[in-house]
Amino acid sequence: MNIFDPQGPVAAANKIILIDSIAIMLAIVVPTIIAIFAFAYYFRQSNTRAFYLPHFAHSGRIELVVWSIPTLTIILLGGVAWIGSHQLDPRVPVPGTGSPVRIQVVSLDWKWLFIYPDQRVATVNSLTVPVGAPLQFELTSSSVMNVFFIPQLGSMIYTMNGMVTHLNLRADQEGNLQGLSAHFSGDGFPEMMFDVHVISPLDFPNWVEATAKSGNVLDTNSYKQLMQQSVESGRPVYRLPDPRLFDDIATRRIPPGPGPELADNPAKPKAESGAASVR
Amino acid sequence: MLGKLTWAAIPFDQPIPLITGAAVLVIVLAVIAWVVIAGHLPYLWREWITSVDHKRIGVMYTLLALVMLLRGGSDAIMMRAQQAIAYNSQGYLPPEHYNQIFSAHGTIMIFFVGMPLVIGLMNFVVPLQLGVRDVAFPTLNSVGFWLTATGALLVNVSLVVGEFARTGWLPYPPLSEMTYSPGVGVDYYLWSLTISGVGTLVAGINLVTTVLKLRTKGMNYLRMPIFCWTTLASNFLIIAAFPILTATLAMLILDRYLGFHFFTNEGGGNVMMFMNLIWAWGHPEVYILVLPAFGIFSEVVPTFSGKPLFGYRSMVMATMAICIISFCVWLHHFFTMGAGPNVNAIFGIASMIIAVPTGVKIYNWLFTMYGGRIRFATPMMWSLGFMVTFIIGGLTGVLVAVPPADFLLHNSMFLIAHFHNVIIGGVLFGAFAGYTYWFPKAFGFRLHEGWGKAGFWFSLTGFYVTFIPLYAAGFLGMTRRMQHYDVAEWRPWMIVAAIGMVLLSIGVICQVIQLVVSIRDRESLRDVTGDPWDGRSLEWATASPPPAFNFAVMPDVEGEDAYWAIKSRAREQGLSRAPDYRDIEMPRNSPTGFVCAFFATIMGFALIWHIWWMVILGGIGAFATFVVFAWRDHDEYVIPAAEVARIDGLNRESRRAALALAGRAS
Repeated sequence: MNIFDPQGPVAAANKIILIDSIAIMLAIVVPTIIAIFAFAYYFRQSNTRAFYLPHFAHSGRIELVVWSIPTLTIILLGGVAWIGSHQLDPRVPVPGTGSPVRIQVVSLDWKWLFIYPDQRVATVNSLTVPVGAPLQFELTSSSVMNVFFIPQLGSMIYTMNGMVTHLNLRADQEGNLQGLSAHFSGDGFPEMMFDVHVISPLDFPNWVEATAKSGNVLDTNSYKQLMQQSVESGRPVYRLPDPRLFDDIATRRIPPGPGPELADNPAKPKAESGAASVR
Repeated sequence: MLGKLTWAAIPFDQPIPLITGAAVLVIVLAVIAWVVIAGHLPYLWREWITSVDHKRIGVMYTLLALVMLLRGGSDAIMMRAQQAIAYNSQGYLPPEHYNQIFSAHGTIMIFFVGMPLVIGLMNFVVPLQLGVRDVAFPTLNSVGFWLTATGALLVNVSLVVGEFARTGWLPYPPLSEMTYSPGVGVDYYLWSLTISGVGTLVAGINLVTTVLKLRTKGMNYLRMPIFCWTTLASNFLIIAAFPILTATLAMLILDRYLGFHFFTNEGGGNVMMFMNLIWAWGHPEVYILVLPAFGIFSEVVPTFSGKPLFGYRSMVMATMAICIISFCVWLHHFFTMGAGPNVNAIFGIASMIIAVPTGVKIYNWLFTMYGGRIRFATPMMWSLGFMVTFIIGGLTGVLVAVPPADFLLHNSMFLIAHFHNVIIGGVLFGAFAGYTYWFPKAFGFRLHEGWGKAGFWFSLTGFYVTFIPLYAAGFLGMTRRMQHYDVAEWRPWMIVAAIGMVLLSIGVICQVIQLVVSIRDRESLRDVTGDPWDGRSLEWATASPPPAFNFAVMPDVEGEDAYWAIKSRAREQGLSRAPDYRDIEMPRNSPTGFVCAFFATIMGFALIWHIWWMVILGGIGAFATFVVFAWRDHDEYVIPAAEVARIDGLNRESRRAALALAGRAS
């Protein structure tokens, strides 16, 4: 999950901006830190050779310099931020080979649902994508907020109930990556890790075909089962009869997830709903 | 009868909170028993609990903060231990407990350590630096302190009665709504912060009024010490920002108690509104904490460099610039929420702009050292440690202000490392510098230097060993608040961080020992002159500890570094003639604050547990206290001129002796 080992163009561009910004700042931070040590050491009380300026409290020239240095640095970095924000806007499509793959992401308590509306399949906690193709994510949440993040593919984004966020990514290397939720979402939060399988574009249709033969069907009823608070250790896959399921979730035609069931003691939710007991 | 409260609220099945709670209870009861049996209760009641003296209240704020620092630090130790252990396993803390711990850690460290530390120091120092006898509203000051203590008490009660919030230190809805957090944890959070938030707001109003209206003769704005300027800026921010917090929490309370839909998923609620509101308070909040720390460094560095602060006007300008810009940057806390690139870029650049005045401050301290004669006493060590550490924290802060970089680092361990870097390296180091620096003024004896330096070095190395690994873990994609994880590459960093936590704890222990040793050796550490560090501002003009009235006659200020001028003149021309003493009127002590907070505690607890009759009782009690106070007839007492002359005579005598000693030495 090392962000310095990007596997796609977005992550690579994020990384370059990250490194450039650090380099720009180090150019003034390192000399300043050295100056602090040097001044503190040289002007120590026991150093009788150091000069003493008991009334030195103002110098227009020095003040001009100390206001200019940070200002110039920030002007430079501000340019980086402005250009970078526009180039790496999560909504901006990423070019790639082959036809784009639309993926609809729903964060559930406490698992990830990935819906492929064009392929008519869906998966939980496992994302399979073809290498090199533009990946167009639409994201929402069944209940609380989460953040969808695959560190080696770059840019994370929030998922929120009743709202749809957009993210465009691309994976450039075949292989397995990991993703996670980067926003705390309750007791099962650490279980919200998911696998990312980047496979060749030739294998992708085969994977879709195999998945579509799944015995599980994802419709409104099975989705309502899925959105109950629980932890999923397996990697279930589903057929998707109705590709508009995501719209029903995002527009709240399917109501938000129910949260924990109330138990006798109102101070604590029922133990069964806690993640620890699920494991 | 008791609302939601039943025996089931006591966590009999969880040994850690139960044993801790029992131990704390035993200690508290033992202390109370000792106080009562040894007959200290009347003294405590008369001189401290009901005191409206800004110095006493400042000391009590600081004491509260230091005690809560131990509680918040214990939480930190548990978290670091859990993450060091919980690789491929559940560790020793189940999620429902771990989630309470990180929520309590953040809440306590910000609201009940950071805030009381800086407010305590401001309370103690600012009237002395301004050359006045008290703050503008002494009784209100006491109310503010006790309401803060109420909040701290309620948070700690949640350890054994019920539970604390499991939603993080900022309870983002919809997770914090009734649907997803039906327990009392979030209610504990909401009511303790609402009550202590009122306390903070009145403290802010009080200090702003004090700086604006109560300055001694000749103390115009551009002669005030920088600490008074940062106090003014910080308290302006309190007045502007804390109502936002109170309103936001009130909306969440309405959602949870009366079924409103401000932030719910259903009924037209909007969670993004909560994030905007909470950070419209939250970002100024970090400047509320760090500006007073900047002020402390601006006092400490010149004193120990033996020369005036470099670029005083620059410093004032930088302080006020930070004060204003800090309200224009809150959106950088959620660049990844899908706002457009223009919005992200503008808020990113606004956030970076704050780095300019902050950088100027660093350079001004640097050039204050230039041409100085630097004495490396403990407060100066903290200041130097701060300067280096804070620059690194500033660098990582500007980094996450670049939106595309934040897209990789948001909510990661990198972020955790960043804000601990600025809060520990800035606020805490500043508070420790101020604590060591002003301790002799408050108690009349210095703190032990050796233990203080040991504390400093352990804290500094402990800080780096703990948080540099967290930066690294952030680069490896590790996100915050993980109760356990299965990623092998994170593990080594978590273990190193846990070792760093041990060093940090040793640093804290050193400072506890420092306090104990200093109290034991107080005679040899006695500050007889009232000016132990060769200071420059007016607090050093009076005795240590200062008399209740601070200054026998109000000092006359003719420039910056007011006391330095008085001292130089005394060195040349000898001590000025004894002044013409007059009777001094001082505010009478009042139990209003304590009684008010007592009823507020009852009311807060009852609100949390839905015990409605008790809510009414507490409400009536608090209001009745206010009415009784408002109907008082005598609110001042007089210290006769003869008594003032006697007390000031002692101070002048010790200064004359010090002057003679200095004269003979030179």
